[in-house]
Amino acid sequence: MSSSTAVQRAHTVHVIKKTSKLTLAHLLLLIGSLAMIIPFLWMLSTALKTDRQAYIFPPEWIPDPFVWGNFSEVWEALPFGRFFINSTLVAVLVTLGQLVTCSLGAFAFARLNFPGRDRLFLLYLGTMMIPFQVTMIPVFILMRWLKWLDTYQGLIVPCIFSAYGTFLLRQFFRTIPRDLEDAAKIDGCSYLRIFWNVALPLSKPALATLGIFVFMWSWNNFMWPLLITNRLEMKTLPLGLSYFLGQYTIYWNLLMAGTTLTVVPVLVVFFFAQRYFIEGITLTGLKG
Amino acid sequence: MAVRTGLAKSTSEPRSSARMSLAAGKEAIAALLFLLPNIVGFVIFTVGPVLGSAGISLLQWNIVTPPVWQGLSNYIRLITDMEFWNSLRATLYYTVATVPLGIVLSFALALALNTNIKGVSLYRTIYFIPVVTSMVAVSLMWRWIYNPTSGILNYMLDRLFTALGLNIRPPDWLQSATWAMPAIALMSVWKGLGYNMVIYLAALQGIPRHLYEAAEIDGASDWHRLIHITIPLVSPTTFFVLIMAIIGSFQVFDQAYVMTQGGPARATVTTVYYIYENGFRWYKMGYASSIAWVLFALVMVASLIQWRYQERWVFYE
Repeated sequence: MSSSTAVQRAHTVHVIKKTSKLTLAHLLLLIGSLAMIIPFLWMLSTALKTDRQAYIFPPEWIPDPFVWGNFSEVWEALPFGRFFINSTLVAVLVTLGQLVTCSLGAFAFARLNFPGRDRLFLLYLGTMMIPFQVTMIPVFILMRWLKWLDTYQGLIVPCIFSAYGTFLLRQFFRTIPRDLEDAAKIDGCSYLRIFWNVALPLSKPALATLGIFVFMWSWNNFMWPLLITNRLEMKTLPLGLSYFLGQYTIYWNLLMAGTTLTVVPVLVVFFFAQRYFIEGITLTGLKG
Repeated sequence: MAVRTGLAKSTSEPRSSARMSLAAGKEAIAALLFLLPNIVGFVIFTVGPVLGSAGISLLQWNIVTPPVWQGLSNYIRLITDMEFWNSLRATLYYTVATVPLGIVLSFALALALNTNIKGVSLYRTIYFIPVVTSMVAVSLMWRWIYNPTSGILNYMLDRLFTALGLNIRPPDWLQSATWAMPAIALMSVWKGLGYNMVIYLAALQGIPRHLYEAAEIDGASDWHRLIHITIPLVSPTTFFVLIMAIIGSFQVFDQAYVMTQGGPARATVTTVYYIYENGFRWYKMGYASSIAWVLFALVMVASLIQWRYQERWVFYE
């Protein structure tokens, strides 16, 4: 047997091994993908059925007839438009608020010298582990005392500060080369201008990451709005949906239509901005 | 005035000239101004409430009538409160059911994605859909999937069991005290997979190729490479994912609220759900705060234990 056939055979074995590994990987990923998507398809399918077909056994995948009217029925049954506006308003303002307070604070921690800086920063870090449930009762009592229950301020203001966001941006600001800053100083730039003209423009990826995270967190937040809202007009989407469940417990076609209405906008945003989502997670995962 | 305070503080540090300390003073004032909004919020919404919560946990208070001093008796009552122990058991059950399974599955998926496979970004997008969907929406979807009579899951399981010739009836999921928690846990693993998968994928892509090439030359099998190169090199990521997953699972609430309202037979009353009931259904602010502090202590202990033992298995380059 010549050595060239042996080499060839080894090569063939290698190729077979590699293809079988790839097939296995594809198989695993495909099964997983089906598991990810089927629940959403089932939601959509139920959302388009009559209530009689929703309960039929064995279950059917294709709605017959397609009841597009379920969506308008849901839209009229509950102020979904209002929930939508509430969620958007709260999420946008919370995101802007955190970007402002966290970036200003992070700049001081990362770039300025002042007495007690490191001790204060350690205190910030220390509070990151405190569960929300520890602070929620006193903050609730404070909101009640301020008469901020059932108001936008109550939904927004307690959420615009974050030790985590401050930490994330501080880590990023520290990676900006000092030279740039010194050059700016010689120019006679004030600290505010260094912050605005040097630090912020160079930190766009970090700001985008924090912004997306905060937005997503606020949009999906359930517990805080649950505690401080009571009137239907003040509810955000997750709360509106949970309230809807209480009212329409057995109308699963309508419940799924309502769920679809709340899920679709998020998915649309995600499909367009997914690069930032995924880069953001990678960034925080590695830096954490 | 403010300039002088800045100066006075900076004298404790070595300085070469008065001019420099003036600059340092200016810098300290600038820092104060930059930090001001952040610190005000930090004090009002974090430091203050943490201290306040510790104080409230020593009271009996329904926030309508004046509080009554209790000393430590809220904490002492916890010891004999079977409902509280039940909530800890449910939380621990949830943690044990979700954390290891979630980590193993997301790591396996990341490994599969890291094989130069085609369509990485498509797969990533698909696995990320549940991550960006709100827990409330997902909980509603799955409540319908888990429906014992008309749900798609039991229909599929039924078909599967029949095909395998098994005479098993699928469980009633959310309507069964035994199966409600596993059902919630399974859904939560499903929702979180994509998140950890993306973190793991980044870690895998960071492993230098030459290590694998060297191992291949030494004749190491795939399995050996996985055990001796891949897993040790991603261990810092595993450590991070593990700590975050445990902290998160200790605070599970939304699913229990939307899917089961703590039932059936209080099988899914998690610790946070019990805090919510005490504080916001029964208006026992003091008692609820004392449970929150126990939860905090548990989070701290769990994190410290992991921190202490990390050198045994976390490999830093």
